[in-house]
Amino acid sequence: MMRERSQSKYALEIRDLAVEYRTIEWTARALNGLDLSIEKGKTLGLVGETGAGKTTAGLSIMGLIPNPPGRIASGSILLEGEELLTKTEREYRKIRGKKVSMIFQDPMSSLNPVLTIEDQLTEVIETHEHLSNRECRKKAEQMLELVGIPADRITEYPHQFSGGMKQRVVIAIALACTPALLIADEPTTALDVTIQAQVLETMKNLKNMYSMSMLMITHDLGIVADVCDSVSVIYAGRVVEHGSLEDVFDHTRHPYTIGLFNSLPNMKDRTMKLKPIKGLMPDPGNLPRGCTFAERCDYAQGMCREVYPEKIYRNKEHYVRCHLYLSKTIESEMWNR
Amino acid sequence: MIPVVLGVTFLVFIIMDLAPGDPVLLILGDNASEEARIEKTRELGLDQPVVIRFGKYVYNFFFKADMGNSYISGRSVSAEVLSRFPNTLKLSLVAALASLLMALPLGIIAAVKQNSLFDNTSMVVSLIGNSMPAFWLGMMLVLVFALKLRWFPVQGMSQGWKSFVLPSISIGLMNMAAVARTTRSSMLETIRQDYIRTARAKGIKESRVIMHHAFRNAVIPTITVAGVQLGNLLGGAVITETVFAWPGLGRMMVQAVSSRDVPMILGCIITLSFCYSVVNLLVDLLYGFFDPRVKTMYT
Amino acid sequence: MRDQYEKYSQYRLVVLRLRRNKGAVIGFIFLCLLVASAIFADFLFDYEAEVIAQNISQRLLHPSFQHPLGTDEFGRDLLARIVHGSRISLLVASLAIVLAVSFGGTLGAIAGFYGGLVDNVIMRITDVLLSIPMTMFAIVIVAALGASTRNLVLAIGAASVPIFARIVRGAVLTVRDVEYVEAARAIGAKNSTIIVHHILPNCLAPIIVQVTLRMASAIYNTAALSFLGMGVSPPSPEWGALLASGRNYIRNYSYLSVIPGVLIMLTILSLNMLGDGLRDALDPRLK
Repeated sequence: MMRERSQSKYALEIRDLAVEYRTIEWTARALNGLDLSIEKGKTLGLVGETGAGKTTAGLSIMGLIPNPPGRIASGSILLEGEELLTKTEREYRKIRGKKVSMIFQDPMSSLNPVLTIEDQLTEVIETHEHLSNRECRKKAEQMLELVGIPADRITEYPHQFSGGMKQRVVIAIALACTPALLIADEPTTALDVTIQAQVLETMKNLKNMYSMSMLMITHDLGIVADVCDSVSVIYAGRVVEHGSLEDVFDHTRHPYTIGLFNSLPNMKDRTMKLKPIKGLMPDPGNLPRGCTFAERCDYAQGMCREVYPEKIYRNKEHYVRCHLYLSKTIESEMWNR
Repeated sequence: MIPVVLGVTFLVFIIMDLAPGDPVLLILGDNASEEARIEKTRELGLDQPVVIRFGKYVYNFFFKADMGNSYISGRSVSAEVLSRFPNTLKLSLVAALASLLMALPLGIIAAVKQNSLFDNTSMVVSLIGNSMPAFWLGMMLVLVFALKLRWFPVQGMSQGWKSFVLPSISIGLMNMAAVARTTRSSMLETIRQDYIRTARAKGIKESRVIMHHAFRNAVIPTITVAGVQLGNLLGGAVITETVFAWPGLGRMMVQAVSSRDVPMILGCIITLSFCYSVVNLLVDLLYGFFDPRVKTMYT
Repeated sequence: MRDQYEKYSQYRLVVLRLRRNKGAVIGFIFLCLLVASAIFADFLFDYEAEVIAQNISQRLLHPSFQHPLGTDEFGRDLLARIVHGSRISLLVASLAIVLAVSFGGTLGAIAGFYGGLVDNVIMRITDVLLSIPMTMFAIVIVAALGASTRNLVLAIGAASVPIFARIVRGAVLTVRDVEYVEAARAIGAKNSTIIVHHILPNCLAPIIVQVTLRMASAIYNTAALSFLGMGVSPPSPEWGALLASGRNYIRNYSYLSVIPGVLIMLTILSLNMLGDGLRDALDPRLK
């Protein structure tokens, strides 16, 4: 088991993950056969609209899906080669904060208002590492400095920090025990644009310093371009396109991804109209047969509504789930944008 | 706080002054002679206008700790109050402590196990407990545990810790119910917060998440409710002392009322009201202790 | 016009939500029964014959078919006394609350509307009133003015004034400077119209909730004071007084103390459950 773990080239591998939320009245499939993989030391961007299942994916890896009403129906999650879904809660707790950490969207509410930064920072260190109190505190101060906050502010309370600083504290907490994987769920969405850049810069530096793998969950393609090595586009609980940054940005294939790019304003040609994707995402409690994007797709044909498309590979990494392509035609068929 | 206590004193003073009946007659009896009555009236200072009397009273109270003498027994009111007050205080403290010790865990567990059997039953039980008049509950407890089972004394303070049990449960139950329910709703609200999710993402023990993270936040609104309940507790003590013949301030006040002993009534009310204000002040201070946002306001 | 329709559908919503709360429904039914028994007390049991008249030969009978709740130390049927007793409790509680709402509401409206010194003075007074636990305040009033139903109403009403003053004042403050009030004033609406149309709807919900809770408190205090001998005078069958006299016979005739107390508890419980249900129905977010 030990040898298997370190030999795996992937920091994270998710295979066919299905997560559903059940109440007395309905059942919603938030994730519907999700496949995801992140190589060691690389950053994967998970892109999609709100409600596509991005946060659910992150929470599943952490084992934090609220149960009830959520549950992991099937699939497997391998963290450094180790299967997570068979772990007990106790075992999972050893991993959280230590091998995999998650930071969330809203820094304003992510920190406990009645505890000092020191308390919240040393807590994660004390839980996972066997250091004396003084050593823990020292480590905590180091982490603060690392994210660009003066160490003497460690005794203060969250309400005394600005939004950007709070998020940096959150990053410090997440990275204090040098996890192998950091899951960042829209970490900069709630921040000002200028602060966004700072926080992203901090994250990139730390990632390089620790040779850490990162899962960047976002709907912002700009951030993806800045930070990520590869991209997975998620729609209605499944990945519809995946490839390296260059693959997905320069050789876009899936109509949904194309739609995402098209809905970005064109700064060069200001006269071009914004092209939003028509319609809304399907109701996760009532997913259609066939391709889940068919309703909104400009190119949908009969088969699209009957059969869910298989993965078609364009190169070793880049694949797309769309009936428009066959293995033979996918490379040459450059879609008109 | 001081102006409130003064206000209360003034209010009670005025009200008592409105009382029909002449204290002088009360003391000397109906057959007293004219001269004796005039003499007594002057002695008690009752011939002077209200405001002056009030002023004198306040002066005596603050500088000489003198609240006058009982109309009935002639003894010093302050002395009587001082001898009885500690008993009421002890009972109230024990009741408050007992109720908190029961209410907080109940509320926390009910919140953690929301909608479970424990949750539903404990909340129903709390509601029923909240509706039971303390004096009736006292009587029922005496019936079962003192008269039939003979485990605890029927009344009085003489049997050490055993004497405290039944009275403090009677008083404390009403209090406990409200605090338990508030703790529960406060905890439910807190557990939904983002920072709890962050705490869990660190991989710390669930018990620590609940106590160190959630409870420390949830307790803040609970303090308000607990404070309000303490007022009711004092009021409840007044009545329950009668049921248990407890040698406290409440019982003395009730007796003073039936014998229309004005200085005694005044003395008791003012002491109890003063006590209540002090408690409220402490509760406010507690806020600062638990909520650092308030703390930093003051530093 | 649309305003009226909106209010109508709001009502329906609230009532629907309330109906779903089992506790509130049970409480409401119990209270209706209680009120009914209070109203029809004279039809059920003749006051003179059954409640007052002493019948020594029948004294202290345990519950039986003829006397479902037994008789007291004077031979009076306990059920009759309890039914008539409900009248007193409900009467005192209702009158006290009506007093508190009208007086407190007016005070609060004045304080909120005019602000400044008036507001300050009124708020200081309410602070003072709030700093005395209701039971003690009631005792003081009764001590000064004597034990009677009227004084009881006065005492409990006065002690409840601050809460309603605060609620109305709060509502006034939120609405006072809002634009549509200025607009209303601009078209010449009188102050009273503004109060009725804008301020009242804002505070109706919390007032209703507090009314039920305060009534529970009123019933408790009425019983408490009568228990201490400071409430109604004998032979009035007020429940608290029944408890007090039953206490002497608790050893062998416990039903005399148990039953009136159970009734007090059930009444308070019903009011509490109804109040809770109302609170949830009027603003489910607060759950």
